[in-house]
Amino acid sequence: MLEDLPILSLITFIPLAGALLLALFAWLGNDSGREQLERNAPRAALVLSVAVLILSIIMTFGFDSAKAGFQFVDETAWLGGGIDYRVGVDGISVLFVLLTAFLTPFCILASMTSVKKRMLEYMIAFLVLETLMIGVFVSLDMILFYLFFEAVLIPMFIIIGVWGGKNRVYASYKFFLYTLLGSVLMLAAILWIYYYSGVQLGERTTNMVVLIDELKIPGGFQTWLWLAFFASFAVKMPMWPVHTWLPDAHVEAPTAGSVILAGILLKLGGYGFLRFSIPLFPEASLNLAPIIFWMSVIAIIYTSLVAYRQNDMKKLIAYSSVAHMGFVTMGIFTFNTQGIQGGIFQMLSHGIISGALFFCVGVIYDRMHTREISFYGGLVSKMPVYAAFFLLFTMANVGLPGTSGFVGEILTMVGAYQVSPWIAFGAAFGMILSAVYALHLYREVIFGEVVNEKLEGILDVTKTEVFILGTLAFFTILLGVYPSLITDVTSASVEKLILDFNTAQIAAGAQ
Amino acid sequence: MFQTVSTILPELFLAVSASLLLGFGLSKTSDRSTVVRNIAAGILIVFGLMGYVLDRPAGTSFSGLLYNNDFSDFLKTIIGFAAAAALLLSKNFFQKENLERYEFSVLTLYAVLGMSIMVSSNNLLSMYVGIEMQSLSLYIMAAFNRDSLRSSEAGLKYFVLGALSSGLLLYGASLVYGFTGSIDFETIRASIALTGPTTGVIAGMVFLLCGLAFKISAAPFHMWTPDVYEGSPTPVTGFFAAAPKLAAMAIITRLLIVPFGDIMGQWQQVIVVLAIMSMVVGAFGAIMQTNIKRLMAYSSIANMGYALVPLAAGTIAGVQGMLVFMAIYIITVIGVFACILQMRLRNGMVEKVSDLSGISKSNPGMALALTMLMVSLIGIPPWLGFFGKLYAFTPAVEAGLLWLVVIALVASVVSAFYYLRIIKTMWFDEPNREFVRAPRQTRVIAIISVLLVIPVLIIPGTGIAEAALGLAENAAQALFAQ
Repeated sequence: MLEDLPILSLITFIPLAGALLLALFAWLGNDSGREQLERNAPRAALVLSVAVLILSIIMTFGFDSAKAGFQFVDETAWLGGGIDYRVGVDGISVLFVLLTAFLTPFCILASMTSVKKRMLEYMIAFLVLETLMIGVFVSLDMILFYLFFEAVLIPMFIIIGVWGGKNRVYASYKFFLYTLLGSVLMLAAILWIYYYSGVQLGERTTNMVVLIDELKIPGGFQTWLWLAFFASFAVKMPMWPVHTWLPDAHVEAPTAGSVILAGILLKLGGYGFLRFSIPLFPEASLNLAPIIFWMSVIAIIYTSLVAYRQNDMKKLIAYSSVAHMGFVTMGIFTFNTQGIQGGIFQMLSHGIISGALFFCVGVIYDRMHTREISFYGGLVSKMPVYAAFFLLFTMANVGLPGTSGFVGEILTMVGAYQVSPWIAFGAAFGMILSAVYALHLYREVIFGEVVNEKLEGILDVTKTEVFILGTLAFFTILLGVYPSLITDVTSASVEKLILDFNTAQIAAGAQ
Repeated sequence: MFQTVSTILPELFLAVSASLLLGFGLSKTSDRSTVVRNIAAGILIVFGLMGYVLDRPAGTSFSGLLYNNDFSDFLKTIIGFAAAAALLLSKNFFQKENLERYEFSVLTLYAVLGMSIMVSSNNLLSMYVGIEMQSLSLYIMAAFNRDSLRSSEAGLKYFVLGALSSGLLLYGASLVYGFTGSIDFETIRASIALTGPTTGVIAGMVFLLCGLAFKISAAPFHMWTPDVYEGSPTPVTGFFAAAPKLAAMAIITRLLIVPFGDIMGQWQQVIVVLAIMSMVVGAFGAIMQTNIKRLMAYSSIANMGYALVPLAAGTIAGVQGMLVFMAIYIITVIGVFACILQMRLRNGMVEKVSDLSGISKSNPGMALALTMLMVSLIGIPPWLGFFGKLYAFTPAVEAGLLWLVVIALVASVVSAFYYLRIIKTMWFDEPNREFVRAPRQTRVIAIISVLLVIPVLIIPGTGIAEAALGLAENAAQALFAQ
């Protein structure tokens, strides 16, 4: 029965359908109805996102992790000329779908109390965002992928711009224009590949399954195409030195916006590298990998140092995200099993941990309306439960063994060591620095005496917050002690990726 | 004889009914402008439907002066509907501004007649007659608010620069005639095939292109656009931005593909230069604009630049891409002007971008509509504007013009800045005033445009997208088969 149901399309478009329904009700309803709608919109959104989560879990259980190819494939004619609607998941993307479906309900839950104005529009924007994010991970057609990839900008622009902090307009512009400039270069590359597929395969297509398996792009072109895709993914990642939009966007975005930004949107870049750059341009990937390594190491060390000097908690976590994404890019471009598995693992684990850290910041921001580190101090005596959660996530962020953060970092470093010990050394040094800034943040906020009298009346976490943080803590530890939950699912697809990559290298060497 | 009549049936229908309406308007002393407008809009819609409903075979009339095929039918359909929409939009504006005259509707009909002749002309002479017929009507329409200094200035400016462009056009035509011995498109082609591209023919062709570049306001012949857009009454600006642009684009295409089809190497560089300059001027010129009509003027310059990109490829797919892009642009721009026409406070129209501030609270429907249209203009998928760019740029990539496409895409990022500013003003800024609720007619046109722009039509499996693309492809093929 599961086979007949277009389950991926359902997962993708249920949130969008819900958003459209909400918008329709708002349009047709009168003023009193609108108030009611405003009150009930979060509940409706929550129900929808939980439904999507349940469907995703069913889908993941139905997923056969022994197979390397795409599953649950759904195809429909669309624009013609080789551009069709195609969705499907393999071992790499299935977990990202699950992660998106998993984080969205928490974001909606957290927003119920923290969002003060225009609840209805906020929920609509969030549901649309969920559709687009899942769409990126499931699409198997380049044009469809690009469609979702770039459409994400609009709801995010609105979420930052309408519900953001003081400097939100600047941040939303920067976010939008930065990422748009990156993606249009990718669009140019996609158009060229579309044209070239007609030359080489006889029929133009943007079907990614066909392109990955059959298209052989000559070496010289690969470099340019790789750079065009790199422009887009590096900005999304974000890699040093094009990371500067991220701290601004994080600081201004509302809590749930930051969670989605750090948890999912930053993964689009890493996913893109795995899905496009390596399979389509293997030679260029190998040739340009040293650049990626050095950029990653610089990112890890430099942004860790920058993070230490921040006085805004969100900015600190934002810079730490850039550092952690450095591990991901480093791992992916080692082209060995440990590195790539580690990169994927790091992305998923960072999705949970950084999301949890932003929730933690959101908890005290909702109470005190400031994120300044120097404002706080001594919270442990006022909010003991909160302090415990915050400690766990801080440690996970540092990469303490037993948490999921450790597994990702150690795997990527093992992978990197096989390529170049110096790179692994730089990354390990970055890990020490991450302990410096993370413990600094924790000490300043949680330990010490309560000096600021405004903090006297601060309350500990509510039941909803315990639920959110507790669930995330559970998965942080579960993945830390039982990492094969993830690596078993991804291994077949990763092995195929590496096999194809090596075959392509041998073929290129033979010519 | 019968074939001649069937070929020019839409033009005959327009000419006769426009003249009858003129008489009808004159005959009564009481004001009949509203009736005339509704009839005229009906006529335009019938005119638009005629091409595909009658399904005539391609054919010439008046000894080859006009040649009607799928290409011209496709364009006439869009022109008819675009003009009808612009005409319906003008009602509320002219009534409120005390400018309601029946002549406006009749002038619209004559302008459309001119465009119709333009898109089916197969001869330098009929092309010129069509262009002048259209332009003379447009000059009057620009100055329609004759008591307003700005409107008169717009009309005069448009007229003087239009006359200059007509001069260039005629000079080019005479050069081409002198060096090929004919004004008939197909004979010119045959003659060029015999002699090759002589200097005289190339000079003539460049003059023809310069004259026509005025009409599509491609840089560096764009100077009149911001002033005319700003000064003309808003519904007239809405009309200018849609149908005439398409007609001029069509005649450029026909000229390049039919008589000069064999010397593509000569005109490709001209088109590329026009495209680059228009995209750059349009993208950077609009950044500092505060008047939304001026901003839309620069936006149209940039969009004409995008439309020229596929034309530079000179292939069937290129012409198809241009037609798809232009059709989508026209749908969007009509919606934008339907929104601009709703910017009315109690004491009159406003047209500053800052007047839109915070209308997402006071006029949420309009804010949503304008947001959708702006996003489509930026070219963010899945809005229709993205597919316009997709089909415009793919043929250029295939023709080896990847670098031109990269320039176009980067220019579109720069343009994104000012479209975003409009969205920002509406959603992020604090509201100051509330607009008067617009009449239903205006809102319905805006809603239709928005519904077309949001991706309802491209839902997979419906086949609507493929059908629409097929029509554009037939049109492009017809042009090449000529």
